Amino acid sequence: MSNFNAERFIVSKLRSIPPSGIRKFFDLVANTKGVISLGVGEPDFVTPWHIREACVYSLEKGYTMYTSNWGMPELRQAVAGYLEERYGLSYSPENQLVITVGASEAVDLALRAVVNDGDEVIVPEPCYVSYKPCAVMAGGKVVSIPTKPENDFQLTAEQLEAAITEKSKVLVLCYPNNPTGAIMNRDELSAIARVVEKHDLLVIADEIYSELTYNGQHTSFASLPGMKERTILINGFSKSFAMTGWRIGFAAGHPDLIGAMVKIHQYTILCTPVTAQMAALEALKNGLEHVYRMKEQYNQRRRLLIKRLNDMGLDCFEPKGAFYAFPSVKRTGLDAETFCEELLKEEKVAVVPGNAFGAGGEGHIRISYAASINQIEEAMERMERFVARRYRELQVRAQA
Amino acid sequence: MREKILEILRCNARISHEQIATMLGMDPEEVTREIKAMEDEKVILKYNTLINWEKTDVNVVTAMIDVKVIPQRDVGFDEVAERIYRFPEVRSVSLMSGSYDLSVVVEGKTMKEVALFVAEKLATIEHVQSTMTHFVLKHYKQAGVIFEDKEEDRRQVVSP
Ligand SMILES: Cc1ncc(COP(=O)(O)O)c(C=O)c1O
Repeated sequence: MSNFNAERFIVSKLRSIPPSGIRKFFDLVANTKGVISLGVGEPDFVTPWHIREACVYSLEKGYTMYTSNWGMPELRQAVAGYLEERYGLSYSPENQLVITVGASEAVDLALRAVVNDGDEVIVPEPCYVSYKPCAVMAGGKVVSIPTKPENDFQLTAEQLEAAITEKSKVLVLCYPNNPTGAIMNRDELSAIARVVEKHDLLVIADEIYSELTYNGQHTSFASLPGMKERTILINGFSKSFAMTGWRIGFAAGHPDLIGAMVKIHQYTILCTPVTAQMAALEALKNGLEHVYRMKEQYNQRRRLLIKRLNDMGLDCFEPKGAFYAFPSVKRTGLDAETFCEELLKEEKVAVVPGNAFGAGGEGHIRISYAASINQIEEAMERMERFVARRYRELQVRAQA
Repeated sequence: MREKILEILRCNARISHEQIATMLGMDPEEVTREIKAMEDEKVILKYNTLINWEKTDVNVVTAMIDVKVIPQRDVGFDEVAERIYRFPEVRSVSLMSGSYDLSVVVEGKTMKEVALFVAEKLATIEHVQSTMTHFVLKHYKQAGVIFEDKEEDRRQVVSP
């Protein structure tokens, strides 16, 4: 018998991170046949053809080398132009932009670059699953703020103020939000900016869903007065251009902060794959039209989904961004996980329990509308039957 | 709004007016009114079905015919086109720029039937100077739809 104990070698920080709630649910869904999945956090579109074609062409031309650690100069130039045109932000492609392996890497780099042991990282929840683990691995202490349905899942200045201690250093903002679909407009963000300034915080703004904002224009947090230098802006191509599998994104911010991030990036990643960079360049040059086309499709599905949810009596605030709805299932008498498991078992529809996204997500489910109209319709038929059965059971129990 | 309604109908002509209204955030009556108006104005001509005949027992042979026309005083392309498109065998007729004038799509049950139609009916029309017939061997994509699309949904069933 070997006395080797692998577990003993794993760092304790990592052991303190619980397994992903999504992973657990994934296994359950993967083992069920005939499922309609509205549990997918990525576009149902494949990358527009001209982008794929440009990548193939670049391979034929021999683009197979390392690039600058920061990313190819032409791409950084294009990203700078894009941020200027779409969000009124001006960053120097020389030293204020880095091309990363997805927004995911940018989140990790940003947190590792600025978090010292014991620093507090404030994270409004429910939110995307990677902020907390990355903050913990960076040595930070996560302070969660549960956002509330009655506030449309927005962070309020009062909540932020109440969470501040001397150790507070970083605030992570993600609007449009995964999983709630919440957005924050300029005024609402300005209230947050005042607290940020007052307490000298740094903001990591994950705006990966910025192009998917319905009824109005997205406001980038960095575009607020005084916030540009305090913000590490993270964005990418995954959601807007339907390029999740390419693994490419970027971060923009103060030269010192981006420089610090590049220091980690150059020793851990070296550079983002050149194939993805060539594709991203084509996306920015000629792809925006497709972004708008896909956004219109999401918007149509969004309206349909919300109507169906309201028709079946589930409370759902109107999500104005990303491609998720986050209705409450409390009226069915079920908690989020039970709801999802029973829905999957009885009607073969997959949605994700809200508690997988942290505090404040309990009692809610995340429904992705990155699916065809027909799939959404069929899934809603099934869910309506399921919900009606639960209502009836509740009634019978109440009468007994 | 018309454009958006048309875009939806183009992809699915069988969708209900209520559903279009929901998808576009409109009043259902308004959608019905717009669609009726577009039908009256012949913006919307017909609600067709796209069929892959290869998968049926019906034989459909399609040919595309390049037609050259001798232009003559008082007889424009429109008149010649009309003499062609009145035949039920003719599925479509378009006026073209370039080395020929009319592009004609003809359908029949057999190659012989189509060839005979071209020789006896089309080529003999007054002012038709020449025809060049190309038979379709395989349809890959029509009306924006790929016939055998191998790009299925490859995403993980659940992801964050
Ligand atoms: C809020 C949020 N940020 C980041 C990511 C990851 O993006 P990328 O594919 O660019 O790494 C996701 C993906 O689901 C997300 O929802």
